[in-house]
Amino acid sequence: MAALTPTATPAAPAPAAPRKARDGGAARARRRPRVWRGAVLFLAGLYFLVPLLSSFVFTVRIPGQGLTFDAYTGILSAEGFTESLLLSLGLAAATILLALLLTVPALVAVRLGAPRLAPLVEIVCMLPLVVPPIALVTGVTTVLRWGPDHLSRTPLYQTFLAVQNESFPVVLVLAYTVLALPFVYRSLDAGLRAIDVPTLVEAARNCGASRPYVILRVILPNLRSSLAGASFLTLALVLGEFTIASLLGFRPFAVWIVTVSGAEARMSVAVSLLSLLITWALLLVLSRAGTRASSAAAPAPPAASAPSTAPAPAASSVSGKE
Amino acid sequence: MTAPTPTVSTPPVVGAADGSRRRRRAPRVWLGALPLLVFAGLCFGLPVGALLYGAVTRDDPATGGTALTGEHLQRSLQGPYLTSLIGSVELSALTAVIGTVLGMLIAQAVVTSRGTVLRNGVLTASGVLANFGGIPLAFAFVATLGISGVVTQLGHLDDLGWNLYSFTGLTIIYLYFLVPLMVLVSVPALDGLRPQWREAAQNAGATSWQFWRHVGLPVLAPSLLGGFVLLFGSAFAAHATAAALVGGSVPLVTLKIADALSGNVLVGQENVALALSLDMIVIAGLVMAVYLPLQRRSTRWLH
Repeated sequence: MAALTPTATPAAPAPAAPRKARDGGAARARRRPRVWRGAVLFLAGLYFLVPLLSSFVFTVRIPGQGLTFDAYTGILSAEGFTESLLLSLGLAAATILLALLLTVPALVAVRLGAPRLAPLVEIVCMLPLVVPPIALVTGVTTVLRWGPDHLSRTPLYQTFLAVQNESFPVVLVLAYTVLALPFVYRSLDAGLRAIDVPTLVEAARNCGASRPYVILRVILPNLRSSLAGASFLTLALVLGEFTIASLLGFRPFAVWIVTVSGAEARMSVAVSLLSLLITWALLLVLSRAGTRASSAAAPAPPAASAPSTAPAPAASSVSGKE
Repeated sequence: MTAPTPTVSTPPVVGAADGSRRRRRAPRVWLGALPLLVFAGLCFGLPVGALLYGAVTRDDPATGGTALTGEHLQRSLQGPYLTSLIGSVELSALTAVIGTVLGMLIAQAVVTSRGTVLRNGVLTASGVLANFGGIPLAFAFVATLGISGVVTQLGHLDDLGWNLYSFTGLTIIYLYFLVPLMVLVSVPALDGLRPQWREAAQNAGATSWQFWRHVGLPVLAPSLLGGFVLLFGSAFAAHATAAALVGGSVPLVTLKIADALSGNVLVGQENVALALSLDMIVIAGLVMAVYLPLQRRSTRWLH
């Protein structure tokens, strides 16, 4: 998250000036931290790079046979790869859409005219943090079991079946939206905190803009970087999600990697590496989009878009929890 | 909502019009939050309610009735289930402690360095790696430190008794996403330590150690504890990595729940799975109850 937002950078040069003055006097005191810093960063780099490098070596080198890129070239033609990836991407798109459609109006409404709802909305959005995915899925299976057990003669039963449709399991979208709520909420809340919503809305309304127009053309453009952040976190969450999908018996991307690992260990590692690279690329694209948007979003005062990050970093990890 | 909008048709009585408008508008604005609340009630409240209900009741096959019972919860706190709960808590606590310390060290190294390139690089990398959990992470480590992993082969680690599919192995893997998470959490906190405080301490003759002991760490304590709690929660809830990796060789509560749910054990274990889930929610709830006030406090101090 911190990477998505431009705040971190401007903050950096500030402390440098006083330090420079101080360091001039105490050159000896400075050397020790530098060695210490180098050692810490070197060891950290080692720990984080070695698994990536050796995964790559693992995928291209067959002991005794030399180098081969079969693991990568075979991915596209591997059975089930395209379907599972498309399923995951579709689920991700639906989840992002649903999560934003639910949270944006709620948060804007809270800021515009219903401040008394603010604590309730916050609690509702943060509660899923307390329920680990595996606990949520036990609850979901219990509810789904009611379908055949108690409701088989009621029209609700059809809904239960439709929600569990193999080709596009809506139940996963609903569960993922629940999991994504805390992260989406924090990202949007930080973004909204940085802009003065009531003033913007009043200004636009005084100029004769309609309410939907205000939301679409004034509020949302100012939120672009937090919307991008929320979407990225949700995308990462859905693409990496394994627990709920596998226990409910569906086969999106992460579940497919595990299924294929038995027969094609090399390929499963190759796909894992690729998924990391894709995440990285997405993050870069989104942070680019976020910074460009915040400089292009003219209606907001320029200072407004900067502090958007401060409370956000805690929300940064999603799929790590998996 | 202080300024009335110019659509009011009776300009002379501005005050009255404003008041009546506000009264009429309030419910409509409130409606914006309604879909979210309904959704949360249906898709979050319903499953969690079902979980609670199933954890404390028992279906009597003879009479067809349902009775309150503590037996599932009791069973979830006995024997192998208790072992798995303790194993999960131990693993989470250990990884959270190590992750907090290492994450702080790296964050401090980044914050005190002058290059913005290094800083941005580390922050972006942390953002990506903190999200690099689950299945892909497990396979990356299998390729690195697994039985036929590259590093294992190069260093002949298996001769030394190395085993990735163990408590130590899981610790090393979990740190791979916990440390970046801690870096992300603590960089803003360390940025909030004003250089003036350090200068003031130095002018007063304090050593570096004294500065950290009496100024730095107390100010950072809420963020540090908050970070620890966050890492604990992440490690505690983690399932996919362990599932892909160790199967059943390390007792973890998430693995036990998954086993019970997918019917790998005796029939009738579903309720124990529900009770175990309830145990997890209670532990995670306690952890979050510590975290949220701490986070509020740290944001108050550091901004």
